[in-house]
Formats: sequence, structure tokens, C-alpha cells
Amino acid sequence: MPVITLTINDELVSARSGQSLLEAIRDHGIDLPTLCHLDGLSARGGCRLCLVEVAGSPRLLPACTTEAVEGMVVTTHNERIDRYRRMILELTFAERNHTCAVCVSNGHCELQALAAELGMDRVRYDYLNPDLGLDTSHRLFGVDHNRCLLCLRCVRVCDEVEGAHTWDVAGRGIASRVITDLNRPWGQSESCTECGKCVEVCPTGALFDKGASVGEMEKESRFLRRILDGREKRQWRR
Amino acid sequence: MNPADLAAVAEQERQRQRQLLLRIFLCYSTPCLSAGAQQVRGALEELIRERDLAVRLEIVATGCMGPCSRGPLLRLRRADGDEQIFERVTPELARAILLQALELAPPQVAPLDPDLPFFTRQTRVVLANSGWIDPERLEDSIAHGAYAALAHALHEMTPEEVCAEIKQSGLRGRGGGGYPTGVKWNLVRKAPAERKFVVANGDEGDPGAYMDRTIMESDPHRVLEGMAIAGYAVGAEQGYIYVRGEYPLAASRLAAAIRQAERRGLLGSRILDSNFNFRIDLRIGAGAFVCGEETALMKSIMGRRGQPVPRPPYPAQKGLWGFPTLINNVETYANVGPIISRGAEWFAAMGTGKSRGTKVFALCGEVVNSGLIEVEMGIRLRDIVFEIGGGLPDGGRFKAAQTGGPSGGCIPAQHLDTPVDYESLKELGSIMGSGGLIVMGEGSCMPDVAKFFMDFCMDESCGKCVPCRVGTVEMRRLLGRITDGSATMEDFATLEQLCELVRETSLCGLGMTAPNPVLNTLRYFRDEYLAHIVDRQCPAGVCNLDRIPLLKLPEHAHVLTLFKERTDAGHHPDDQ
Ligand SMILES: Cc1cc2nc3c(=O)[nH]c(=O)nc-3n(C[C@H](O)[C@H](O)[C@H](O)COP(=O)(O)O)c2cc1C
Ligand code: SF4
Ligand code: SF4
Ligand code: SF4
Ligand code: SF4
Ligand code: FES
Ligand code: FES
Repeated sequence: MPVITLTINDELVSARSGQSLLEAIRDHGIDLPTLCHLDGLSARGGCRLCLVEVAGSPRLLPACTTEAVEGMVVTTHNERIDRYRRMILELTFAERNHTCAVCVSNGHCELQALAAELGMDRVRYDYLNPDLGLDTSHRLFGVDHNRCLLCLRCVRVCDEVEGAHTWDVAGRGIASRVITDLNRPWGQSESCTECGKCVEVCPTGALFDKGASVGEMEKESRFLRRILDGREKRQWRR
Repeated sequence: MNPADLAAVAEQERQRQRQLLLRIFLCYSTPCLSAGAQQVRGALEELIRERDLAVRLEIVATGCMGPCSRGPLLRLRRADGDEQIFERVTPELARAILLQALELAPPQVAPLDPDLPFFTRQTRVVLANSGWIDPERLEDSIAHGAYAALAHALHEMTPEEVCAEIKQSGLRGRGGGGYPTGVKWNLVRKAPAERKFVVANGDEGDPGAYMDRTIMESDPHRVLEGMAIAGYAVGAEQGYIYVRGEYPLAASRLAAAIRQAERRGLLGSRILDSNFNFRIDLRIGAGAFVCGEETALMKSIMGRRGQPVPRPPYPAQKGLWGFPTLINNVETYANVGPIISRGAEWFAAMGTGKSRGTKVFALCGEVVNSGLIEVEMGIRLRDIVFEIGGGLPDGGRFKAAQTGGPSGGCIPAQHLDTPVDYESLKELGSIMGSGGLIVMGEGSCMPDVAKFFMDFCMDESCGKCVPCRVGTVEMRRLLGRITDGSATMEDFATLEQLCELVRETSLCGLGMTAPNPVLNTLRYFRDEYLAHIVDRQCPAGVCNLDRIPLLKLPEHAHVLTLFKERTDAGHHPDDQ
């Protein structure tokens, strides 16, 4: 596979051509925050946490959807980018209800972990606190829209990996929310196979196993890579 | 049909028109229709039947004539070339006008002064036929030169030459960004691919703007012809024209025009006896502003949720179904025919340095003559507002002109002499945009204006990315607090920081430009914001701040208010 060279944070590094900037940066051992991205799903570019500076581009570019190309000069962290990332997290916290102390994912939540990691110590914006409700009609799982950050990992995993396309988005702007089937309760869904993939990839406490109590909802983040490798590399063939 | 047939049809139709004693042009575009054009037509037809006049005259239901606020408009043209135009025509007036024109009654109704600057200061290229032809009759368009440029391009020019001509003309995209059209065409032409597509963007969601609607309603063949020439130039055989759902009249006229053109071999296979095939299909949008953004528009055409996706890759590299796609605005395509017919030099001679040609504006707000105008680029803003627009009504004083809609900004009075072109407007922190031009008088409150546009952006955000989805809502709340008098200086600082964040980190143009109306009003009217926050006063008298308490507390919290009153009065909360 052809190799390309690019500069990341003043260091010359090599990458495979066709790789995304995010992959190249992570392969090089640099930690780049992401929320909507998940290795194995199509890239979305929605959470805007992976924005980096690329020399020659007046705009910040999301590393997850930008292809690494020969000669690129990339900055992944500086005062401006870090400040923006914290502000974006603040906006995410302000958008819905994130009262961690009573959340099923407390202690195991990607959003919470990122906030701690990036040093987001306050929210300067009005908490919008919409009352979005909870759907626990499914036999095994529940969805709490108040904890959803619209990363759409559930939508993509259900469509791209499970092939059911149970999830989708209704509404737009601040009124967007994830729905099952044609906005019917999840428990009445005719397409859901009950595989649990969406629950496993959800970064927050929005999707949970029924019966999980505060802090009990742990997700296994490696599982998606494992089943994809199993399929793609046929590791499971007897 | 071959080019000779085309010329013959044109001549035949011109002959027919010359033989009529009188032609009555009645504006049948949306604003005049809503002002009662249909009833006027009914009255005229009745009179024609009564007096058996049909053989000597005809009624032509045309597209927009321009001064829409004076509609319904009616224009008479006699065989000898004499012309009169009448405003605010009612059915009764229409009868009187026709009778006096035929000298069956003494003159009673005075026509509009033809030397009004509203008419004389305009340069109509894109709108040349608008108001002169029946958009539903192909022959009428052909008699006015439709498809001659296409015939010329197909038979006398190579695709390369067409692209070169467009590039030389200096035409830039009229959809807002102002990207050089010829450069874009060349990119698509050179992109190696088996299939390519051409898309016309007729989504036009900017509040108050109706340039594209008018072009599509008034002269649909001009847009189709521009698209076909583009298809030939870039090597595409399929085009889509995307019209927003709120424009049913534009959509039905386009659909009819496509059918007529196909029937006569002006679209479809082997166009005008050449080897070029080009089909155009209509796509109707369901009313989401963001679907005007090119990547979202393409998703929508492909039947997906209309959400933007990150660029690069640009549509010219990977567009519809992964194939190179040329996407231009409707007005951009409408310029193509005249450029091919009359040459790049003719076009480039109009306008200023980097902004060539003309621009259509929807002039509205506090002006005497509001309506649709087309002016040469470089005209002073003052001339648009005070000459063409006739100034502000009731001697009102000019405060600012808003251009570029929700992505744009306000130009204050001290810059009235700015030439209207891409560069000058950008320098002032506004943009040309797609052509909305709102005139505001002293009674307008700038933070309130900014709030209006933020409301729009908040409602129209697609919700894909966080800075835009949540940032616009938070900005809207802060603006709300400023205009209701409860904002602090800290809120003000937060607003400014959010503007920067949303502009720099949003995915598509909607988010990136959503802060513009705020940033731009801050640039020229910072005092007004401070007056709201510090003095709790609205200089324009729009916001009624004095009625609103500093803290808006719910009923049950009146205890706190009492507490506050006591502390304000100098009591310590503990000394009961
Ligand atoms: C939110 C948003 C809305 C837009 N709406 C329109 C529109 O209604 N019509 C249009 O022609 N271009 C619109 N654009 C610009 C298009 O993305 C694109 O640049 C344009 O159609 C290209 O045509 P042009 O080069 O002829 O200007 C919009 C852009 C954004 C970001
Ligand atoms: S989802 Fe995460 S951030 Fe939100 S409340 Fe639960 S633990 Fe906290
Ligand atoms: S459980 Fe599986 S099939 Fe059901 S919604 Fe989740 S991912 Fe889709
Ligand atoms: S439910 Fe979970 S995975 Fe789905 S969009 Fe919300 S946060 Fe993301
Ligand atoms: S900037 Fe706004 S409209 Fe554009 S993709 Fe992001 S959320 Fe959607
Ligand atoms: S990870 Fe790249 S935008 Fe979310
Ligand atoms: S619509 Fe009749 S003049 Fe514009």
C-alpha cells in the first residue's frame, strides 16, 4: 500500500494513502477526542470534537472525514482548538439533561470522560433541559432521550452492521431526536432484531439495558471491532 | 428540430405578433397574482367576448414586470410600438384601460411614467424577457431568442470553447458564494468519469428573496437552456432542477416547459440535430432551508435526509451517486444563454473589476418601490435605495440595508456610496448573497434584527453538528435577553465568544454564517447593544425594555424579589 508523508504537530510522520486524518493521527499515538466517530462505522463529522488545523485551509477540518494526503501540515492541539473543544462539550451538556449522579452510565460514559479529560469544569450556557421522556417499551432495552447527544452511532450501527435500520432521526435542529421505525415505540418495532448493538455503541446513558441502575450500565467498547474483524477477516471460520 | 427550424419558428411567431393591433401584457407572477391579476384577466376576457375583439388583440400572461408592490401590472403594446404601463389595476380599471386604448371611450386612466428611475436605472439581462413573454408558450420564448445560444454552442463550439467563454465572461455564482462559474465548469469537464450530472439550485430559502422564483416562473426556458449548454460543456447527459415546495407555480411552469422543449427536440435525445443528449428532471424540495446547501441538496435529490456532508470531496469531484456534478444557481444558468449569444466581452464590459454582469435583487423593506430589480454590478447602494427604490416612505431616514439574508449583514448609512459588488460588500462585513435587499429606517432596532435572523437559523439548522444545533439556540437566548433588557455584560461576552465558535467550527455554510448578522450589527451598531444592556434602553423604541424587570422570576419566587428589594434598599438580609 502506497505510503505518504505528512507533518503532525511539527513531526514528520508516515501514513497509508487513503487513510483518514483521524486514523493517521491516532496511529501516531496522538489522542484526539471524538464522540460521533466509531471505528467500524461510516464517518459523520457531526460532533466537531476532532477538528484540527490544516495548513492552507482557512477552516478547521474534522479529522474523521478528511483524507490524509501527502504533504499535509496538521495541528491537533493548541490553545484555540482546545478552547473550542471545551465550548462544544459545554454546548452538548447544556443541550439536554446530564445529571450524572443519577445516570445509569455514571462512571462509564464517554461524554463524562471527555469532559474530565478536556478540563471542562463548568457550563456557561443556559441549560435547555427539554423534557424528552424515556421509552422503555422494549423487552430488553430502554432509551432515555434526555441523555442522547445525537451522535447517531446507534443509527449507523443498526443500518450498516446489523442491517435492520430500526433507528433514524426525526425533526431538525434542536428538535432532532432519534426514533425507532416510523416513530413507534421501540417495543413495537418490527425491524429490531434485539441484537443489542445500538446499546453497546451508545457513548452515553441514552441507550441502556433494562434493569440497569445508577452507574451500572457498562458498555463493551471493543465489541464492534471484534465482530467486524470476525466478518472481514473471517476469524470465525471453522 | 434543427437550427433552421428554430429560426423559422421564431420568425413565424414574430410575424403573428406583429399582425395584432394590440397586445395586453398582464403580470401573472406570484405577487401580482395575489394582488388580483386573475380577476383582472377575467374582466378583460369578458369585455373581449362582449365586444368581439379577440381577432385583433391578445392577452399575454407574463412573468414579473418589476415593481411588484404596485401590482397588478398591465402593459399595453400597440402594433406601432407605442407602449403604456398601468399600476394597481382593478377589474374595473382594466375595462376602462382597454376601452380607452381602443378609442372606444375617452382617456380616463393615466399610465405610469415610463421615465421612472425604477425602469431607466435597471439593466435587464437575466430578466430581459420577464414581463414580455408568456412563460407557458414555447414559441413566444423562441421568438425572443430562446435556444439560439444552445444551437450555436452545439454546432459551432467545442465543450472546451464553451467553458472558456464562460470563464472569460467573468460570470460568478449567483447563489451566494460568488465562485467563478467558468472555473467550476472546467473542473467538472476535466473530471474523468463515465457519467456526470448538472444540477440547478432553485431552492432559494432566504427570507424575503424571490429572484430565482421569478426567473423560473417568468422565463423557464432560459434556465433550461443554460443547463443544457452546461451539460454540453461538462459532458453530462442528465440534469436536475431542484425547486422548493413553496414554489408550485415555478414548478408547474418548469414542468410544462420541459415537456414542450422535449416535444420539439430542444431537450432529450439528439438535441437540435446534434449528437448531444440531455434530459432534465424536476425535483421538488419539502421546504428545508438547508437543502439549498449543495451537499444537502444532492442528498435530497438522491432521496436521503437532506443534511450537509463535509467537503472535500467537492461536488465537482464526487457528487450525485459519486459522479462529478456541476451545481449552479438558477440565476447563474440564466446568464449563460446571453453570454454564449452575445459573447464574453459584451458580458465582461458590464460591472466592476471582479464582479461582472448584472445582479437581480429583491428590494424590500422601507422603500417606496419594492419589487424585483436587475442592476449592473457596481451601482451605488444609494442609487438602488433612493433612485430605483424611490427612498423611504413618509420621509423616513435611512438607517441600514440588509443584504445576503441570514448569512449577510447590514450596511449602514455612512457606506451608502459603496459600489454594490462582491468585494465591496464583503469588505463591509456583509455579502452579496443571493440577492435579498432589505431597507431599514430609523425605527429598526439592530439587536432585534439580529434576533430575527438568529431565530431563522435556529429553526433551519439541520441538527447534524453541535455548534450550529445548540450554538444558535444559545445565541438566540442571549439575544432574547439583550432585547428584553435582562442581559449582563457577561452575557454579551458569551454571545461574542459563541459567534466565533459557531462560525469557526460548524460543518456547513448555514452554521458558519449564522453569526454574521450579529457580528455585523455589532460592528456598526455596538452602541445599540450596549444601550440595551447597560442603560436598558432601546434607542429605536422597538424593545419596550422599561416594562421588564431585571430578573424574570416565576410567581412563586416573589419572596426572592422582596429579598432583593430589601437588599437594594440598603438593608442587610439578616436585619429583619
Ligand atoms: C445553508 C445554505 C443554503 C443555501 N441555499 C441556496 C439556495 O437556496 N440557492 C442557491 O442557489 N444556493 C444556495 N446555497 C449555495 C449553494 O450551496 C451553492 O454554493 C450554489 O448553489 C452554487 O451555485 P453558484 O456557484 O451558481 O452560486 C446555499 C448554501 C448554504 C450554506
Ligand atoms: S450520559 Fe454521561 S454525561 Fe450524561 S448524565 Fe449520564 S453519565 Fe453524565
Ligand atoms: S437492537 Fe439491534 S436491531 Fe434493534 S435497534 Fe438496536 S441495533 Fe437495531
Ligand atoms: S441514542 Fe446513543 S448512540 Fe444513539 S444518537 Fe443518542 S447518544 Fe448516540
Ligand atoms: S452547520 Fe447547521 S445546518 Fe450545517 S450541518 Fe451543521 S447543524 Fe446542519
Ligand atoms: S469524531 Fe469527527 S466530528 Fe465527531
Ligand atoms: S409580480 Fe407583477 S410586477 Fe413583480
